[in-house]
Amino acid sequence: MASAKKILLTPIFENNPIALQILGVCSALAVTTQLSVTLVMCIALTSVTAFSNLFISMIRNHIPSSIRIIIQMTIIASLVIAVDQFLQAYAYEISKDLSVFVGLIITNCIVMGRAEAFAMKNKPAISFLDGIGNGLGYSFVLITVASVRELFGSGSLLGYEIMPLVQNGGWYQANGMMLLSPSAFFIIGFFIWALRSVKKDQVEARDYRLAPHSKEEGIA
Amino acid sequence: MSSKESTGKTLFVAFCLCVVCSIVVSATAVVLKPLQDANKELDRNKNILQAAGLFDEDVNDDDDVMELFQSFTPRVVSLEEGRLLNVEELAGLQIDTQSYDQRLLINDVDFSEELERSVDIANIKRRVIYPMIYTVEDGDDLETIVVPINGYGLWGIIYGFLALEGDANTVKGLSFYELKETPGLGAEVRNPSWIALWPGKKVYDEQGEVGLRVVKGQGSGDFQVDGLAGATLTSKGVDNLVRYWLGEDGYGPLLAALRDNQQGGF
Repeated sequence: MASAKKILLTPIFENNPIALQILGVCSALAVTTQLSVTLVMCIALTSVTAFSNLFISMIRNHIPSSIRIIIQMTIIASLVIAVDQFLQAYAYEISKDLSVFVGLIITNCIVMGRAEAFAMKNKPAISFLDGIGNGLGYSFVLITVASVRELFGSGSLLGYEIMPLVQNGGWYQANGMMLLSPSAFFIIGFFIWALRSVKKDQVEARDYRLAPHSKEEGIA
Repeated sequence: MSSKESTGKTLFVAFCLCVVCSIVVSATAVVLKPLQDANKELDRNKNILQAAGLFDEDVNDDDDVMELFQSFTPRVVSLEEGRLLNVEELAGLQIDTQSYDQRLLINDVDFSEELERSVDIANIKRRVIYPMIYTVEDGDDLETIVVPINGYGLWGIIYGFLALEGDANTVKGLSFYELKETPGLGAEVRNPSWIALWPGKKVYDEQGEVGLRVVKGQGSGDFQVDGLAGATLTSKGVDNLVRYWLGEDGYGPLLAALRDNQQGGF
């Protein structure tokens, strides 16, 4: 059994759900225009992943394999609804900004992936930690993306002005593309590039190799 | 086949899980409902205050909202007749102004109607017949009128409030509380520096028509507001919704009656 620390920290760099497994990218595009909204989304996803892992692991020996995916979905969906209700009660402004994306945690592949891949085979406590670890891995990427997008798209971080915008009498001409979803694609791409430059073992083997070109080489 | 894979066990597990999950979900929903409702009301009231220029995020906090909102009187309008409904009529329609939520009634056949395409310049398709507006009065003098407005922008319907001075002709303020416009472009309709262009503008020209327009580029004079650069369609949407709601198919007749009958009281 792997140590608790390893379970918690591996998903951040070694086996990041977004950067290595390329899961959960959709919400990484949608909720990263403002850092404050992103933080709430990260907390919501981390708690859903952790608790769904915990509950599924607790009943893993009673789940019939024929309906296991449905059972996982039911537990995840219930947790997501509960989280959504809490946000509407205690963080109303941010829940308005997150709108449907809290509900869409249900479809986030990370939650389901961890439930199926880890919680079904491991004890509750360690599954809970695995959920938190993967939530942190997700959060790490999202916070990086959101920091870049908010800084260059709105000249601020967490709503505090860092670079005064031209429209408010400052000098910084905001980069409008940063506020649109495609920019997150580029940032995640650069993030993965940087991560794989440092950790070469994450570079995937090539699917193909260019065939020798031209007749000369072919004949020779 | 192990025992946990049997049909009976499968049904049993599924049943137990459903019961537990539904209890958890309904319990959170029921327990948190009062807080959520309070949040919604607070948010709506805050928007009304912002439209009227009485609430400043930097100065006031949420605790001030209820206190400031005390001076606002909710009133229900009959759009067709262009007048306010009186207490008996409200009772007849079973409208309680404290709990009345017109946005929930948008598909209720008794309380809303479909708009004809030729009339529907704000592109909202349906509207509530009896919208609720808010007034601030000092004795018999009308000081502020806040009306709810909505209309289609670029990506969806924009919801907000527009506040007029007691003369029912001068804009006091504007606020949008729900929109799907592009962040940084169309969503700039919420930017305080753009909202600040509105107060003081006049709505009706000498013929009594809506003269207030959002124009492309720099606006000039009492009737023109600068459009947002890079958000032509959102600006157009705001222009349309203002023209619709203040025009003769919207609150126009009511506002005209209020102008004619300043000292009539309510």
